[in-house]
Amino acid sequence: MDDVRPNPDALLERVAAAESAARRGKLKIFFGYAAGVGKTFAMLQAAQRERAAGVDVVVGYVEPHGRAETEALLAGLDMLPPLRIPYRGVDLLEFDLDAALARRPKLILVDELAHSNAEGCRHNKRWQDVQELLDAGIDVYSTLNVQHIESINDVIAKVSGVVVHERLPDSVVEQADDLELVDITPEGLIDRLKAGKVYLPQQAERAIQNFFQKANLVALRELSFRQAAARLHREVDWQRALRKDQSPWATSDRVLVCIGPSPTTVRVIRTAKRLATALDAEWLGVSVDTGQAEAESPEVRERIAKHLRLVEQLGGETHTLVGTDVAGTILSWARDQNVTKIVVGKTAENWWRRFRQGSVVQRLLQDCGDIDVYVIHGEREPLAPRKPTVSARPAQRWDGYLRAALIVSVCTLVGWLFHEWGLAEANIVMQYLLGVALVAVRYGRGPALAATMASVILFDVVFVPPYFTIAVSDSEYLLTFVVMLIICILISTLTARLQAQVIAASIRERRTAALYHLTRSLSQISGTDFLLQLAGKQLAEIFRGEVAIYLREPTGAVTPRFGAASEIARHPVNPLVAHWVANHAQVAGAGTETLPNASALFVPLEGSQRVIGALGIRCDDLIVYRDPEQFRLLETCAGVIAQAIERDQIALEAHEAKMQTEAERLRNSLLSAVSHDLRTPLAAIAGASSTLIAEHETLAADTRRELAESIYAETDRLNRLVANLLDMTRLEGGAMTLNKEWQSLEEIIGVVLRRLTGRLANHPVSTRLPPDLPLVPCDDVLIQQVLMNLLENAVKYSPPDAAIDISVQARAKDVVVEVADRGRGLAPGDEQRVFDKFYRATPDGLPGSVGLGLAICRGIVDLHGGRIWAENRTGGGACFRFALPLGTSEPITATAAAAMQPTGAA
Amino acid sequence: MTSPARILVVEDEPEIRRFLRVSLEHHGFRLDEVTTVREAITQAAMQPPDLMILDLGLPDGDGLDVIKNIRGWSPLPIVVLSARGQEQDKVLALDAGADDYLTKPFGIEELLARVRVALRHAARAVGDEGAAVFQIGELCVDQAARRVTLHDREVHLTPTEYKLLTLLVRHAGKVMTHRQLLKEVWGPGSAHETQYLRVFMAALRQKLEDQPAQPRYLLTELGVGYRLAAE
Repeated sequence: MDDVRPNPDALLERVAAAESAARRGKLKIFFGYAAGVGKTFAMLQAAQRERAAGVDVVVGYVEPHGRAETEALLAGLDMLPPLRIPYRGVDLLEFDLDAALARRPKLILVDELAHSNAEGCRHNKRWQDVQELLDAGIDVYSTLNVQHIESINDVIAKVSGVVVHERLPDSVVEQADDLELVDITPEGLIDRLKAGKVYLPQQAERAIQNFFQKANLVALRELSFRQAAARLHREVDWQRALRKDQSPWATSDRVLVCIGPSPTTVRVIRTAKRLATALDAEWLGVSVDTGQAEAESPEVRERIAKHLRLVEQLGGETHTLVGTDVAGTILSWARDQNVTKIVVGKTAENWWRRFRQGSVVQRLLQDCGDIDVYVIHGEREPLAPRKPTVSARPAQRWDGYLRAALIVSVCTLVGWLFHEWGLAEANIVMQYLLGVALVAVRYGRGPALAATMASVILFDVVFVPPYFTIAVSDSEYLLTFVVMLIICILISTLTARLQAQVIAASIRERRTAALYHLTRSLSQISGTDFLLQLAGKQLAEIFRGEVAIYLREPTGAVTPRFGAASEIARHPVNPLVAHWVANHAQVAGAGTETLPNASALFVPLEGSQRVIGALGIRCDDLIVYRDPEQFRLLETCAGVIAQAIERDQIALEAHEAKMQTEAERLRNSLLSAVSHDLRTPLAAIAGASSTLIAEHETLAADTRRELAESIYAETDRLNRLVANLLDMTRLEGGAMTLNKEWQSLEEIIGVVLRRLTGRLANHPVSTRLPPDLPLVPCDDVLIQQVLMNLLENAVKYSPPDAAIDISVQARAKDVVVEVADRGRGLAPGDEQRVFDKFYRATPDGLPGSVGLGLAICRGIVDLHGGRIWAENRTGGGACFRFALPLGTSEPITATAAAAMQPTGAA
Repeated sequence: MTSPARILVVEDEPEIRRFLRVSLEHHGFRLDEVTTVREAITQAAMQPPDLMILDLGLPDGDGLDVIKNIRGWSPLPIVVLSARGQEQDKVLALDAGADDYLTKPFGIEELLARVRVALRHAARAVGDEGAAVFQIGELCVDQAARRVTLHDREVHLTPTEYKLLTLLVRHAGKVMTHRQLLKEVWGPGSAHETQYLRVFMAALRQKLEDQPAQPRYLLTELGVGYRLAAE
């Protein structure tokens, strides 16, 4: 097999990319190296061309800078009014995203892709607005200057001396469908600037002096060319890949960048990003938690978190590893992950650490094996002034030192006793070591080191002659001091580090346990509301904050289903954020770039098939928003919750689907039964009557009579069937209302027997009623129907001449009516099923029965608050009974009625 | 009867009209047919029939309106046709003055029986109170002698029972609504006390029927009233 088969994964990826591209709008960026090169102008020209071609073009936002040529090009284009956001007394003009989404043009123009939105807009950055437009399937034209690209931000700063604050993630440029380079020579640009075509005169003068120096412009222009060329190169490669179904480079480079708290790390990260882009490689940002980080200042943790976030923004993956040996941990993990290149910053490490384990960089270089290591020269970025850090718990820290002093004092006392008893000095040294170890275990490194120093000095002063002076008579003791010092320092350092790791491990352990607990408890219960209650409470415990869970309702609205009364749900902005998060499956809210003025952080609840809602969390401890570790835990929890809820909803849907199938089956059996039972009498009627019409002259008189009788009997059967169907429909539709009055069962039985005279002709019917039977509160017409159906049922399943017995029995609280036959009785297990709809005692069914009669009986008796049941009769046959409650008021008897006098004399 | 009785059929269903025409003309009645409330009233006024068969559901209105209108000026016997499950409509029609009712679907025998009873009562209403002695099966009610016998043995009735029975006898074969019976026997104030009526009817059945649960004479019309068998 020599032919190269396309890699199925690559094919799938390409199909997925093509599909998502089909759904998304297309982004075209007009790209230049400085303001004034004519990007907006080019964009508007392109827009005018599209408009001329009949495309629905809308100008979402264009920064005209008062340039006449630009404004002339706006003529004829539909413009969205800008959003006015009041800010310190002035109105800031911003792009109105919602208006654009509502207007839904084919193509929209949004100037200045790297723009930062004013506070109060949905997103912090305009490129996020543009993403949302693209998601909505709207094509976008936008403009961008090279200095705004994140990964070359530091290069620009170096070249031009200006730090640009509005930065655009590289991924946005990479994902753009089209990049058009708008160019003009630096001389031309300066001329335009001087002619006042870019800025107003005073502004222009300042600009030329600062940013628009020719050297700057040349460098920027080169950078913009390089960016455009790199992109072109990628496009060519991609096209080639499409044609050949095979990746030509097939490199499997993976770049790892070491993340530390050092401010130079930012530069290292950008370099790694550029390297990865150039190699078209995956890249990972890795930080190592040495266990001491937990004890270190929150400032350091926050800086590491910030760096990890930068990696994510630039499109890299982030990982936090745990280990004491930074270089060793990184290298072993890198080998596991098939990393080919490691980028590390060269930082000024303190001499002690370097002395102890060599610098991380040295260790990396020494042990890297076949992995390339790139050492980037660290250069400090302008840093925000260090905020004075206040120790979190000063009281406890001083407490540690005090306890250390106490322990050392006790050691000295014990040592004194040893000394008095004449024990060897080695024992005194040993119990000092014990004391230092104790301090290290209990109070950490600082107090332990202090205890070390104190121990050595006290040992010298108290136990080494000459006593109570620093001086030492025997120089051999100096060796004792040094060894003691070294051992003490080692003990305290190791113990303290072990302690820190234990704490770190226990924190991690707690999180894992919490997650496990959450997962397990969620898997044990069902019912969305229960799940939400449980999940919400546990999350609030894990993150020590307030939690609200929003779910998408079938109507599409996103409503708080847990924590509706919480601060989160009451905040005016949060519902919008929850809605946005649920719709876009992206994180937003406090601590993020999107809708940061919300009071809580929202993560989407992503199930396996769809986003089912959003999880909002509000913590006083901002670390949840910043620390990627915590954030990942939050996302994992959200995933667990989403899946539990989804599983529950799917189970519910499955149950509903089953019910629906059941209903469908019932409906089908009704249709088939009804159509059969309706057609049979109709066929008989049609046959008999057509014979009468066609042959009436030749037919014998008794034949004619027989045919007519058959027609009559069949209409009767049809009539009963239709009556049953109507009754059933009314019962099920809840349309059957009881017209309850005090009724005489004797009368009702009389009516039924008279109406069924014909059908009962072959069956002797006996009635047994007590003479003092009270009136029963019931609906006479409906109870008549029950009795008719029971009697018809008895006739249907009885052989001819079999007797049918009707009896009524009055009890304390109800009256029981019994219809008993001598038919074939009930099959075992049928006692209740006979009352089910469409149930027939025989598989083939008997003519004229849809299986509704007894179901109607049950419906009517239930409506009366009574009960109906069936059983086999001793001596053969079945016995159907129903009980009607007598109600609370006094039963009416003849004595009571006699009190009512007729008018006038009888 | 020298000339055949004229019956006005008010019915909008052509097939029912056809069946009525064929069967009633076969039994010697003369038929007029109309299909609306308006036509029914006009026709009844222009050419007063001997009896009206009236469907309650008509295209331009309620058959009840026809009864109310006609009862304003004529004792013309009216037999009402109604569908099953509309007991309330039947009672309203009967209380408004209709003479009897039939539930669809019905057989021709039932219809002829109702028509005959209604015509007989109409004829009697013009003349006297009817025969002083009413005899059906083994039951005999002699109103002149105030004597009720069953199987030739005298039956003792309370005054109320007797009053109730004679009322039914006077309208033998016709349905009497609860309201009509209560009003006649106990006065207008008792029209809703149907449970007492049931107790008295039960007592009458105990005394007059061989098997009270399968009565021969005192027939119940569920949801409507009672009827004393006439044939």
